[in-house]
Amino acid sequence: MSREPLLSIRDLEVTFRTEQGETTAVRGASFDVLPGETVAVVGESGSGKSTTAMAVLGLLAQNGRVSGGSLVFDGEDLARATPAARARLRGREIGMVPQDPMSNLNPVMRVGDQIVEALEDTGVARGAEARRRTVELLEEAGLPDAERRARQYPHEFSGGMRQRALIAMGLACRPRLLIADEPTSALDVTVQRTILDRLEELTHELGTAVLLITHDLGLAAERAQRVVVMYRGEVVETGPAAQLLRDPQHEYTRRLLAAAPSLASRRIQIARSAGETAEADLLASHPGDVHEPAGGAPGASGASSDARPDNIIEVRAVSKRFQLRGRGLWGRGTEITAVDDVSFDIPRGTTVAVVGESGSGKSTVARMMLDLVEPTSGTITFEGRPVGGRDRAAEVEFRRRVQPIFQDPYASLDPLYTVHRTIEEPLRAHGRGDAVSRRARVHELLDAVALPRDLLRRYPAELSGGQRQRVAIARALALEPELVVCDEAVSALDVIVQSQILHLLADLQHRLGLSYLFISHDLAVVRQIADQVCVMERGRIVEQGTVDDVFDRPQQEYTRMLLDSIPGRDLDLRSA
Amino acid sequence: MSDVDVQDALGPSPDEAPRPRGPRDAGASIWRLAAHRLRRNPGALLGAAIVLVFVLVALFAPLLAPFGPTELPGRTEIRPTYIPGPSAEYLLGLDRYGGDLLSKLIWGARASLLVGVLSTLLGLVGGSLLGLVAGAFGGWVDTVTMRLVDLMLSVPSLLLAVSIAAVIGQSPTAVVVAIGVVQVPIFARLLRGTMLAQRGQDYVLAARSLGLSRRTVTMSHVLPNSVGPVIVQATLMLATAVIEAAALSFLGLGGGSPTTAEWGRMLTAAQNELEVAPRLALWPGACIAVTALGFTLFGEALREALDPKTRR
Repeated sequence: MSREPLLSIRDLEVTFRTEQGETTAVRGASFDVLPGETVAVVGESGSGKSTTAMAVLGLLAQNGRVSGGSLVFDGEDLARATPAARARLRGREIGMVPQDPMSNLNPVMRVGDQIVEALEDTGVARGAEARRRTVELLEEAGLPDAERRARQYPHEFSGGMRQRALIAMGLACRPRLLIADEPTSALDVTVQRTILDRLEELTHELGTAVLLITHDLGLAAERAQRVVVMYRGEVVETGPAAQLLRDPQHEYTRRLLAAAPSLASRRIQIARSAGETAEADLLASHPGDVHEPAGGAPGASGASSDARPDNIIEVRAVSKRFQLRGRGLWGRGTEITAVDDVSFDIPRGTTVAVVGESGSGKSTVARMMLDLVEPTSGTITFEGRPVGGRDRAAEVEFRRRVQPIFQDPYASLDPLYTVHRTIEEPLRAHGRGDAVSRRARVHELLDAVALPRDLLRRYPAELSGGQRQRVAIARALALEPELVVCDEAVSALDVIVQSQILHLLADLQHRLGLSYLFISHDLAVVRQIADQVCVMERGRIVEQGTVDDVFDRPQQEYTRMLLDSIPGRDLDLRSA
Repeated sequence: MSDVDVQDALGPSPDEAPRPRGPRDAGASIWRLAAHRLRRNPGALLGAAIVLVFVLVALFAPLLAPFGPTELPGRTEIRPTYIPGPSAEYLLGLDRYGGDLLSKLIWGARASLLVGVLSTLLGLVGGSLLGLVAGAFGGWVDTVTMRLVDLMLSVPSLLLAVSIAAVIGQSPTAVVVAIGVVQVPIFARLLRGTMLAQRGQDYVLAARSLGLSRRTVTMSHVLPNSVGPVIVQATLMLATAVIEAAALSFLGLGGGSPTTAEWGRMLTAAQNELEVAPRLALWPGACIAVTALGFTLFGEALREALDPKTRR
């Protein structure tokens, strides 16, 4: 390394004061960023990657401080600089693109004015000059019609547009270092790709060094020259991206690589045999299963609606329209079609995945399958009987046999219920056994999801994300359901935990003969768990078929675009 | 790869649970965590101390007060131009009618506590019932209930209080009802709002998916998770109720004679003597302010301790 590093972090230690005393969030972290270089910091939540970035910016939370080591930026140690000196660097020398585009723009201020403010505050430009510059910056960030857009408010922007505005803001003063903290995690994959492409071009043109914070190893490897892997506050491995992927040295990096879902990974093995037989049946009974997106679908689905006993659930021409409230007291509401003429089957004992970007209607499909939302038209048939509109007894019976697992393990457990009470509740509600036999069943379920028994008296707030999701799975399994609807069930989890839960789901399917409807935005995850895939775009299924068909030979342009957008697609991530 | 070998390789699981934050290792509910936090908050401790002293004084007034609530022990010592100040016999001095100021303040605490608690209870129960109905059923029930609540909100509270006093006469009951009724819409809206927010949560959807009846879902999941803000509001409302009670009896709505041992009433009587004996206004005023402060401090601390943003 011949060049002087722009940023040199040595033995950085950051501690936070909490109710339990001091905790160390970053411990002895050291790495360099050369001028014009992109360095990615990868790690799971709580690994200290964002804390490191905030320490560089001097924006640690009130109870945090740099308690050791040095942060040398361009010859000046930031850890010892005065707050005024650090404030001078921020924006001018070190720019920032924050994580959540939804909450990082001031909602009551025009987008353009927010950039003008940044320019004037740092003294780069003022008045009319600043306005002109703002429009240029927005154009540069890839925002079409920038002049009009600059006069709009954040709520008039989509997520991707907001992120472009934030990139324009971060680069407004031509900083030499740009810190991008999960810049695209909240965005759909296709949007993520265009944004990252633009960011890469821009920083390359300007010669800006980028410190990219991400949880996604594939994305890091694709976008950065060097990767820094953090685990529990420590830097466990640093190296050129390609080399780190090919030959990881540290055990944690190896685990991370093995767990990282990629398109190269295969269906999880435990369930492979079951999946294969089901797939064979399916191919025999469904010649030409791939539906064409429009036109042909209703007729084809109508013809095949006679009961086929090997399908646990059959969805036929289902649509859902929502009424949006109109303006004023008597205003006419408008209608939006969330799900439009969707048909598919779930063969018993298999996993059917529904993939799509946000707003594609996939969650509405899940809720209709759970009989939480009523379809506007079309029918859903569970075991030969229509779903919805039945008497109470039939509803209770249906609810016993179809169970959900939701995305956010923080929100899907009642915070006031202990683990024991949460898992026992369905048993009690359905009058299963007495207190003693219910306790035994709860213990059995806990074993099934590999949770220790000493958690029984804990409350959700005292569990980790993965543990909570296991509790949610145990609750869903309590009544021995036949169909489990997983609505983004692993999306909120860190990669390694995600991989553990996916294996657990596959294992349970194998042992209990469960059928899954697996809703996800993450195609790489779907590849690991699903037998069949339905790709949804704006409420319609545009393509469906077996996982291998859809992933290896996509028929539709949209599916191809989705697949191409997955970060790290072309990289050889070693799959387990 | 199973969980076990990840843990073997990396020591503790990467998916580490937050350390239990309660005084005990496991089983700390939100309420116990809140209590734990309250104990570390000086504002909460001060507020709790004030409230405790206030409640104890009110409860043990007969033991603490040197004289009865209507006694006028110093009747003979009062002159038109002179009201005796603090002395060994009357620690805070006498009032215009020869009553012992300290005794009247102590008995006044009892009146304030009674009015404050009863009126807040009335508002809490009435408002919660309305809010529960609106929040549990939704749809047209919600619309009708909430329009009713809007109607109640649109009447100025003082006008409402005067109207109630006009109907049932000037009495402490009128004050309780007036303050309680004014609180009803506040509690109703709060409970309904929290319940609506909770109803959209995934754990409620999960409970519905388990086949639980609507009543069970509402009563054992939605409601228990919605009462936190209501309890906080009730604590803060107690402070307002004490002030309102004083204000309404200051205006004479509480009935009784000028010698009644009630803080607001004492302020009314003290108006005429401000030049001669300002302490007659200062002491009851200070009692009202300190009591209200105590409830507010405690309520605010409770709100902070239960804040979901700091809960995780």
